[in-house]
Amino acid sequence: MKYVNQESVVKRMNRRLITNRVFKTLFFFATLFALVILAILFYRITTQGIGYLTPEFFKNFGSRFPAKAGIKAALVGSIWLMGVVAPVSLILGVGTAIYLEEYAKKNKLNDFIRMNISNLSGVPSVVFGLLGLTIFVRTLSLGNSILAAGFTMSLLILPVIIVGAQEAIRSVPKDVREASYGMGATKWQTITRVVLPSAIPGILTGAILALSRAVGETAPLVVIGIPVIIQFLPENLLSQFTALPMQIYDWSKRPQAEFQHVAAAGILVLMMFLLIMNSIAVLIRNKFQKRY
Amino acid sequence: MAQKRLTGHSSVQELIAKSSNKKHKKMIEKIIPIILLLIASVSVLTTFGIVFTLIVETGIFFSRVRITDFLFGTEWFPFANTEQLFGILPLIAGTLKVTLIAIIVAVPFGIASAVFLSEYASDNTRRIIKPILEVLAGIPTIVYGFFALTFVTPLLQQIIPGLKIFNALSPGIVVGIMILPMIASLSEDAMSSVPKSIREGALAMGSTKLEVALKVVLPAALSGIIASVVLAISRAIGETMIVSLAGGSTPKFDFNVTDSIQTMTAYIVQVSSGDAGYGTTIYYSIYSVGFTLFIFTLLMNFIAHVISKKYREEY
Repeated sequence: MKYVNQESVVKRMNRRLITNRVFKTLFFFATLFALVILAILFYRITTQGIGYLTPEFFKNFGSRFPAKAGIKAALVGSIWLMGVVAPVSLILGVGTAIYLEEYAKKNKLNDFIRMNISNLSGVPSVVFGLLGLTIFVRTLSLGNSILAAGFTMSLLILPVIIVGAQEAIRSVPKDVREASYGMGATKWQTITRVVLPSAIPGILTGAILALSRAVGETAPLVVIGIPVIIQFLPENLLSQFTALPMQIYDWSKRPQAEFQHVAAAGILVLMMFLLIMNSIAVLIRNKFQKRY
Repeated sequence: MAQKRLTGHSSVQELIAKSSNKKHKKMIEKIIPIILLLIASVSVLTTFGIVFTLIVETGIFFSRVRITDFLFGTEWFPFANTEQLFGILPLIAGTLKVTLIAIIVAVPFGIASAVFLSEYASDNTRRIIKPILEVLAGIPTIVYGFFALTFVTPLLQQIIPGLKIFNALSPGIVVGIMILPMIASLSEDAMSSVPKSIREGALAMGSTKLEVALKVVLPAALSGIIASVVLAISRAIGETMIVSLAGGSTPKFDFNVTDSIQTMTAYIVQVSSGDAGYGTTIYYSIYSVGFTLFIFTLLMNFIAHVISKKYREEY
């Protein structure tokens, strides 16, 4: 057996310590890289867009002229879209989560459902667009309406909502459930009156984050053929509409340089929309988080 | 809550007697699981829906275009007036170019960030940096696309003369930035789950922090790190808006990254936002491209799944 050679260890010590310090700095700057990019991105978009963020910008519809282009139809359209996506994806997502966590026994069918959900979360959004185009727009002939887009988006964010709701439901401790059963409650009573109320903050937090992803998604909307220049506000769920990311996509593509500023202004509105949603999510989490 | 509901009734016994008289309570207990199973099956139906539509519409496409021409053709000219050419290889080449550049950007920076956050950073630093990285992951891809087109491309044009407005480099770099937080956070999770005792053992043997990180933690967390990279590749392959805005629409089968390209996703977007009539071969071609894309990402997700499941080290 070889003993440690004291001398050679001491000799190499300095170099090893320096290498350690050098790499620590390198790793730190690599981490900083992402943060710097983020700062540049926000700075660029704010300076480009802030000048166009006038009251008229919120009042005007889309236009071929950059000075007259506004975001009204897109903003209202995105809110309508949320109005469909939120309830549909919540009902489907929470229902699935309750089933998987509370009712599903360990068998092949339920394993298949679980595996399927994790696979679904890896499917590119543009493929969901193709699904929406075929099933909702063509087969069910909903056209490029709010309903068709809403269903497509709901399916897209469904896996995220399911996983979030599963975690929230799982974090409700077993003894609370057992106490409820001990009081003579049935399974469904336990779920609706004990488990869900304490899981709701977690479910909502996850759902709002998933929804904010749906607000920013563009690809499925393009694929199902959502138009861009719309001169009217939607009247019902079967109306044609446009949404914030669609509008931004269209403005970014236009050759006139001025439209870049309009696009940046649109991005600022979209980011504010997302910021508000995220703040609500954080608020819910902080306010209602119960620890057992 | 429960107490409020009790007021107005004289006793709990009465209440129990009253409620157990109701037959529908038993019905509910039986019906609810069935309803929930139906709801849960929507996600399965979605997958079937995706696979079914892709197969059916691609089938129609292949009744018009030979499958060998599609798989091995090196020219993609769907909008030609005389002879349309549907060889998928140029679109795959475009996709792979962007993905490769993205990985070259995201892997070193992502893993370095993960090492820094899990091995070097103090708790406070981590608490500040991690949420900021999450912000980066939450930015809509359309915003990244705009950033690539209006900031990264002009910047690169100053460095590389002759770089086209639409190229593979700029969207590649930006896709890399987009997937960076994913690699960083998943790899950090993998490294953090390496138990402290192993680190302390190495430190007690006289290792520096770098040696602990590179020779102990990194190998132990390798399966998780590789899985995160594979998932990121899958995300990069499926990314749509960045490449649609900044990549261009010229599918070419070569290795050039400074020219305009087209990826599979960008082609689907180009055709959908244009006016390819329903029922034309171009219309069905988006399904064949979507099917190819689906298979690529499915394969990647499957590989990531197998790696993280099979080679996970248990402590």
